[in-house]
Amino acid sequence: MKTDPVLLEVAQLRKFFPIRRGLLKKTVAHVKAVDGVNLFIREGETLGLVGESGCGKTTVGRTILRLIEPTSGQILFRSKKLVRKNETHRIVDIARASSGTLKALRREMQLIFQDPYSSLNPRMTVEALIGEPMLVYRTAAGREKQDRIRYLLEAVGLNPAYMRRYPHEFSGGQRQRIGIARALALEPQLVVADEPVSALDVSIQAQVMNLLDDLQDRFHLTYLFIAHDLSVVKHISTRVAVMYLGKIFELAKTEALFSNPKHPYTEALMSAVPIPDPDFSAKRITLKGDVPSPVNPPSGCTFHPRCNYAQDVCKNRIPEYREIDEDHFVTCHMAQALRLRPIWF
Amino acid sequence: MTPPLIEVKGLKSYFHTHGGVVPAVDGIDFTLAPEKTLGIVGESGCGKSVTAMTILRLIPSPPGRIEAGEILFRRGSDVVDLAKLNPRGREMRGIRGNEIAMIFQEPMTSLNPVYTIGNQIMESITLHQKIKKRAAKKKAVEMLKAVGIPLPEQRVDEYPHQLSGGMRQRAMIAMALSCNPSLLIADEPTTALDVTIQAQVLELMGDLRREFKTAILFITHDLGVIAGMADEVAVMYLGKIVEIGGVRSIFHDPRHPYTLGLMNSIPSLMSRTKERLVPIKGVVPDPRDAPRGCGFYSRCPEGKTFCEEHPPALTQVDPGHRVACWMDRKKSIAQ
Repeated sequence: MKTDPVLLEVAQLRKFFPIRRGLLKKTVAHVKAVDGVNLFIREGETLGLVGESGCGKTTVGRTILRLIEPTSGQILFRSKKLVRKNETHRIVDIARASSGTLKALRREMQLIFQDPYSSLNPRMTVEALIGEPMLVYRTAAGREKQDRIRYLLEAVGLNPAYMRRYPHEFSGGQRQRIGIARALALEPQLVVADEPVSALDVSIQAQVMNLLDDLQDRFHLTYLFIAHDLSVVKHISTRVAVMYLGKIFELAKTEALFSNPKHPYTEALMSAVPIPDPDFSAKRITLKGDVPSPVNPPSGCTFHPRCNYAQDVCKNRIPEYREIDEDHFVTCHMAQALRLRPIWF
Repeated sequence: MTPPLIEVKGLKSYFHTHGGVVPAVDGIDFTLAPEKTLGIVGESGCGKSVTAMTILRLIPSPPGRIEAGEILFRRGSDVVDLAKLNPRGREMRGIRGNEIAMIFQEPMTSLNPVYTIGNQIMESITLHQKIKKRAAKKKAVEMLKAVGIPLPEQRVDEYPHQLSGGMRQRAMIAMALSCNPSLLIADEPTTALDVTIQAQVLELMGDLRREFKTAILFITHDLGVIAGMADEVAVMYLGKIVEIGGVRSIFHDPRHPYTLGLMNSIPSLMSRTKERLVPIKGVVPDPRDAPRGCGFYSRCPEGKTFCEEHPPALTQVDPGHRVACWMDRKKSIAQ
């Protein structure tokens, strides 16, 4: 099997937000929102990024698009547009790209937002919303632009006759479709989808997830799919990364993660998902306490105060992010010693 | 058979707005026995929260109005019809928060930020019981302890913002249970919480239900949560109950196309293979211009023209399992 080339590689990504206090706005501490994240995404695949609120998953997504300036680290992107003669592609470090380069790069990476109500300007028609990226990048104008908008609306399952309407005339699911059409307007390679279905009702959520699947096949898209719902992430992802307090705790192929989890947090997260079957009786692994503050995270492994398997070493030494099987990365001292309960047997 | 704790009969709760009449709850019937849990499940706008608010008479009027129906609530050997009470009257105020308590979805907005947790719990205790302030505070600490808040003596004097989301929801539960209500209405109590915290709170609610012998009306959109909590489940769509029955028969033998559609829409964590989701086509129609016949007709994969004209009534298909669908009745007649 030929493996697809790596489209995006993130290395040692950090984002610390300063906390300023007092009259002189002195920096007194940092929120370590993203603390040394490594990941890569191959062309055409979906990497699911899952974690609880405050774990830094949204910050990772936005830093990759450089909507947030990273504190340090590399974000290598395989661009097809920023090439010189005779080149098919060029690897660009988004973290260090100049504003000109960045503008050109943004054609190739787009974002789908969570809230379809606040992410569409209520004073713009659907036509103007989807047409704006094309205007900015001068990729199409006039008749051609109209045709393209029509084509995109059809691709996301909306009637092109609705072009002149305003966002408030649409339901939540339809608005999310408009947001998706806008993201596809410039034929991006990478789409960062930040909780794209969590604001939707289940019946609509299924429609949008099927649409995302179809569009991926049709336009050969690569997704970074950020969500808190493990069932949704499992459904859509080729590989899954589990985040906790700014770090990736485990990253593996979907199959490997669910049948052979290596991190105690993954195990607990999976067992906490309510299963829609009244006879499902497997004992829940309940975690103690809350997620600690990212300002002052616990020593050693940041998960140790809640972990059911914590040893002395976990309190004292920070575990490394390492590959323990092919394509299976874990941040845990005990990863090899533990036999954790999978969701699939 | 034990008499029901609450019996809702033909309840209609409408909103009269400038844009027209919204039949948010449009003729629902259900009963709930003491110490049992009834789950109400449905998507946004189906009327599940309005049902809860109507029972507690918390819907402002205007625009809201109870158009018809009874809410028969048992207090000892008496039965009162909550629908007939004055929402601001002495009797309703004596029931609300005392015999029927409620937990809301958003613990941040439903706790008062300028009072301590202890003060807020004590308020409901001193309001409903003849008890001294000191004793009430002791009770508040006890309640915080019962809901698993660490260091309750210290937490009782803290403000809501000092607590995490999960702790706030625990404090809400402590407040709701402080008067030992016979009915607890929980409106999406874990929706705003992360999964690991949700698991903690659900476990706690399961324990407390046994300890306090409280009946629960559990409202949620999450089928997974309902499967683990409820004895009985009612599925609501467009202001009506379309299917109601024991939790096992609802999940193992769903009869209404909407119930089935909901179940097929959620990606399963358990399935190894990636199956394409089967969504319900279309969207919920505008309730102001609700269909004449079956409310689900426009989205139903099995709908016949007959359904478009005639609204189906809830009909028993199995003992304790009722469905409002013409197609199912045909099937059972054919058999």
